[in-house]
Amino acid sequence: MSTSNLHFATIKHGGDRSFRAGAIAAAVVVVLLVLFVGVFLAVLAIPSLRRDTVSFLTSTQWNVGTGTLQFGIAGLLWTTAITSVVAMILAVPVAVGTALLVTQYVPPRVGSTIGFLIDLLAAVPSIIFGLWGLKLLGPFLGPFYDWLQRVLGWIPLFGKGVESTGNVLTASIVLAIMVLPIVSAMSRNVFAHTPRDHIEAALALGATRWEMIRTAVIPYGRSGVIAASMLGLGRALGETIAVMIILSQTTTEGINVSLFAGGETFASKIANNAQEFDSPAKTGAYIAAGLVLFVVTFAVNAVARVVAERRVS
Amino acid sequence: MAKRIEVEDLDVYYGSFQAVAGVSLVVEPRTVTAFIGPSGCGKSTVLRTLNRMHEVIPGAYAKGRVSLDGVDLYGPGVDPVAVRRLVGMVFQRPNPFPSMSIYDNVAAGLKLNGTRNKQELDETVERSLRGANLWNEVKDRLNRAGTSLSGGQQQRLCIARAIAVRPDVILMDEPCSALDPISTLAIEDLIGELKEQYTVVIVTHNMQQASRVSDRTAFFNLEAQGLPGRLIEINDTETIFSNPSLKATEDYITGRFG
Ligand SMILES: Nc1ncnc2c1ncn2[C@@H]1O[C@H](COP(=O)(O)OP(=O)(O)OP(=O)(O)O)[C@@H](O)[C@H]1O
Ligand SMILES: [Mg+2]
Repeated sequence: MSTSNLHFATIKHGGDRSFRAGAIAAAVVVVLLVLFVGVFLAVLAIPSLRRDTVSFLTSTQWNVGTGTLQFGIAGLLWTTAITSVVAMILAVPVAVGTALLVTQYVPPRVGSTIGFLIDLLAAVPSIIFGLWGLKLLGPFLGPFYDWLQRVLGWIPLFGKGVESTGNVLTASIVLAIMVLPIVSAMSRNVFAHTPRDHIEAALALGATRWEMIRTAVIPYGRSGVIAASMLGLGRALGETIAVMIILSQTTTEGINVSLFAGGETFASKIANNAQEFDSPAKTGAYIAAGLVLFVVTFAVNAVARVVAERRVS
Repeated sequence: MAKRIEVEDLDVYYGSFQAVAGVSLVVEPRTVTAFIGPSGCGKSTVLRTLNRMHEVIPGAYAKGRVSLDGVDLYGPGVDPVAVRRLVGMVFQRPNPFPSMSIYDNVAAGLKLNGTRNKQELDETVERSLRGANLWNEVKDRLNRAGTSLSGGQQQRLCIARAIAVRPDVILMDEPCSALDPISTLAIEDLIGELKEQYTVVIVTHNMQQASRVSDRTAFFNLEAQGLPGRLIEINDTETIFSNPSLKATEDYITGRFG
């Protein structure tokens, strides 16, 4: 025993330790920041919520100018949800379709060019999208809207809305174009990484290109596409400027479920009324609305995360 | 069912690189032919030209003639997808579809062919799994994921998937190289049974395996890296292993290679 000259070297773990400490510190700061924002919003909103004389969650009224506070988010929630959901219904098929085209059908060089062009959309500022939607897209689609309403007007979704083309549908189309790059880029990424094994397994069975995509590529990419769509949805829910410019504000009470209706989303409502933040009570009402948006987007992103994580295992 | 394969003067290229030159061989129906040879000599490449799977690699193309019972697989108007329905393939790594159950994996090819009839699907799934010697192991859990099986079972699942569409020929590219000895034996037994109905071509690096399972053996070699691989010798397996006519073949088989 004593003659053994086995010797364990002393390893310095200083680098490991300091990196670990740094990483933990950064993570803590981020979590604290989110918590801080949440708490800050809640503290400012609670006094106004206490004084709210209508139901905050179910009312569509918004009167915060005078002495008594009457504010509810039902209308904002509806408009936010409908614009975003319709945007996703329009964007996801296009994003998935182009992602499949780009990764599975066209030669790689052509594919990356198309991908690059779609990515360029992400570089367009939202104010430009807003102006374009208001001044060009809306008026251009006007006749089509009229036709839709004539043919399908008996369905509440296509019922009477606002006179202008600054309606939910225009906002949704513009939102769809705005979220397209993120959904498309993430979908392209998952589809491009479909294991060669799965692709060849399908082709060797005598699958056509499309059948191969259905048996190998889509099942592999499904959860990735869902995660991408959730992230896109999160972006659409919170989009402010473009929606604010496009959507006509309405004065009517209640919720008009038509796609041709105007209205306001959480974000556009707050932005539209920024000049009203003069008293803590009024500000608190808007902050309460903002808090709901915060929670909704947070939840959507969390779901996206969970779906994306599950894909890995 | 089983068909005769004829390859005449086959050259295969990956872009500007010629991987294989001047391969001519015949595979008789209901036989097992083994492709052996050192790494990189083009065994997989030649195998893939037998069902046009090389075409899924960008830039790959073949010259020459490959025919199935006299019909040119590369003739005008022949759809590579149709070729692959007649000439099935099993790969080196077991590759069941991960999103599908055992049942759906086996039924996948039939569904591509448009079969929807539940009873017909059930029958084919059972027949194929029995044919792949897997039925008894999985009959109680057909709805479990195909990837929940062991490696050897997964490979037999892939074989079941390939035979479910009743091909004429089954190509196997090193089907046992990722498997343990017991699973390997199971697959070798299976190959012996498959040749009663199918024409089988198998690539293997295992000399014992080639001598155990095959009727004919084709030895491929390449003179030097960067040069195309060639078919050196093809003959009855017994002859190749006991009395090869070329020195290169003998050296490779006895392990005195290189
Ligand atoms: N996808 C490809 N692109 C370009 N060259 C390739 C490709 N696949 C194979 N090659 C080349 O073609 C030649 C033959 O390869 P092949 O895979 O047919 O050899 P192999 O005999 O199957 O080897 P192994 O025993 O290692 O599997 C090699 O030089 C290889 O580098
Ligand atoms: Mg190979």
